[in-house]
Amino acid sequence: MTKKFESTDNYIATEDLALAVNAAITLGRPLLIKGEPGTGKTQLAEEVARSLAAPLYRWHIKSTTKAQQGLYEYDAVSRLRDSQLGDEKVHDIANYIIKGKLWEAFEEEQLSVLLIDEIDKADIEFPNDLLLEIDKMEFHVYETRETVVAKHRPLVIITSNNEKELPDAFLRRCFFHYIKFPDAETMEKIVEVHFPSIKKDLLAAALNAFFAIREVQGIKKKPSTSELLDWLKLLLADEIPADALHADESGSIIPKLHGALLKNEQDVHLFERLVFLNKRKQ
Amino acid sequence: MLIELLFKLRNARIPVSITEYLAMLDGLNHGVANYSIDDFYHFSRMCLIKDERHFDRFDKVFGDYVNGLQNLFDEVIGDIPEEWLRLEAERLFSEEEKKEVEALGGWDKIMETLRERMEEQKDRHQGGSKWIGTGGTSPFGANGYNPAGVRIGQKSGRHGRAIKVWDKREYKNLDSERELGTRNFKMALRKLRRFAREGAQDQFDMNGTIDATARNAGLLDIKMAAERRNAIKVLLLFDVGGSMDYHVAVSEELFSAARSEFKHLEYYYFHNFVYEKLWKDNRRRHNETLSTEEFIRTYAADYRVIIVGDATMSPYEITAPGGSVEHWNEEAGAVWINRILEKFPHAAWLNPEPAAYWSRVPSVKITHELMQERMYGLTVDGIGKAIDGLKRKR
Repeated sequence: MTKKFESTDNYIATEDLALAVNAAITLGRPLLIKGEPGTGKTQLAEEVARSLAAPLYRWHIKSTTKAQQGLYEYDAVSRLRDSQLGDEKVHDIANYIIKGKLWEAFEEEQLSVLLIDEIDKADIEFPNDLLLEIDKMEFHVYETRETVVAKHRPLVIITSNNEKELPDAFLRRCFFHYIKFPDAETMEKIVEVHFPSIKKDLLAAALNAFFAIREVQGIKKKPSTSELLDWLKLLLADEIPADALHADESGSIIPKLHGALLKNEQDVHLFERLVFLNKRKQ
Repeated sequence: MLIELLFKLRNARIPVSITEYLAMLDGLNHGVANYSIDDFYHFSRMCLIKDERHFDRFDKVFGDYVNGLQNLFDEVIGDIPEEWLRLEAERLFSEEEKKEVEALGGWDKIMETLRERMEEQKDRHQGGSKWIGTGGTSPFGANGYNPAGVRIGQKSGRHGRAIKVWDKREYKNLDSERELGTRNFKMALRKLRRFAREGAQDQFDMNGTIDATARNAGLLDIKMAAERRNAIKVLLLFDVGGSMDYHVAVSEELFSAARSEFKHLEYYYFHNFVYEKLWKDNRRRHNETLSTEEFIRTYAADYRVIIVGDATMSPYEITAPGGSVEHWNEEAGAVWINRILEKFPHAAWLNPEPAAYWSRVPSVKITHELMQERMYGLTVDGIGKAIDGLKRKR
């Protein structure tokens, strides 16, 4: 094995995540990634592709996506039209086979990265329809009677938000990694990577405020890493001094520009109420 | 040797298959994670565990397994003669370290203390507590007790961190057996969706027809498809107040999540049992109410009525006029529920209390009979059965 994945200059991968990716490359198995929204599941594939200098194929799944679309589609309607017009193309069915993302990735001579994003959005049967393709990295094209085999097993990264249970048979063929929410130390590294010029004290104050918000009981949607980064961007743009973020003794201050962190009306209300209660106590 | 780990995991009801086990061995063969126990922990977890809900159980089993290995190690090391250790130490220790040893009272003293500590360690272990977690803090922790690690008297532990990853049990909250979490919720939702998607009529399938015709080289091939959205209309009646609040919140969310699948979905609330009034907003229950008569008049008979409540109360609250705890009701609750059932033949009662208790509570028994045996548990299974019952033509 020549290439190894590790943290890049704009993505911090924890040790266990790097291990997971490297193991998946070595053994040629798909890697299933779960985790809270906003912890960089989708970004992982992009960063892996970039750090390994491998081409990336993105397959974003919607509720209407069928497994077949990832392999190929037979454009029967064009063929019908062509037959009416007497086009010569119509005699070769291969002209109407449209390659899917999986096929494209299979044709790559070198290591490529195939991202199957948000697999849980699809129909329940979707993962089952991909079992053989993912396992053997080959599939059969019924119309042209050819078998497509991967020239180089791509690294398949699958992300899921847990909206549906994935079938056991599918899980058994994957490696699984759960990206847990970064601790304060990792978070500091992540922020540094994104905003290298951020002032130390502003960063410390912002992180404190951020983790405090995450710990408030009853918040519906906890702010995630990507929201923190957005918030910092705003703070930097507005040149807000660090002491504006420091909570006073009771911790009762609504952070500036909190709209970037709290995305839910109820959460903002809850937060304001807590602050109000705190103030009254004094 | 790793087979033991596999069986330990299976005993802990973690679904680990042979394929996954072999994949792990394959990885170890390739040298993916051979050099540190932390790497091995992460690697084995990613191979064997496919669900973050099992992480906590895996951590426990893994800790146990590693402890087992450590115990084995201790048994062996207990027999190593002292001279051997002393020689080894003298070979390994630098001059400075030797001086430090002297400062601590000499080698013999240290060995004595060490033995004492070992005894202590054994006692503690027999007492059943875990000691691997504290291994880093004691200078004589089991981790420090090997030739490379005889740095006796050093302040910090050999490993630098006292608690192992798997001892932190970070994934405790994700375990499915701990509490009624999102898992049940999702399963139930799936059952509800099935309910909404079935019982459909056939309709002309435009895309399918074009597709089939094209494949057929232009010969018309008509396709019919089942209608996706059907006309299921649901009325939900919730018992609110007291112990029911949590269950109401869960079931409200459940049905809202499935809302797009229904043609109509309406909520109403009641307290303990259905009487002459229902209300839509629990905060304004005393002002804005809807009389049950009007409720029955408003909705057509093809609505499905689902009542969620624990039906636990005094039997008089159901059978006797004036039995309600909150107000004077002219007619008994039983009369009202019968009126509702007369109008809406498709009805079900979901009860969050475990079915085993039902027969012991008279009011639940009465309600069950009033509902013509259509009371189901508020569980995935119960919802499935209730849906089956609601689908049946009456």
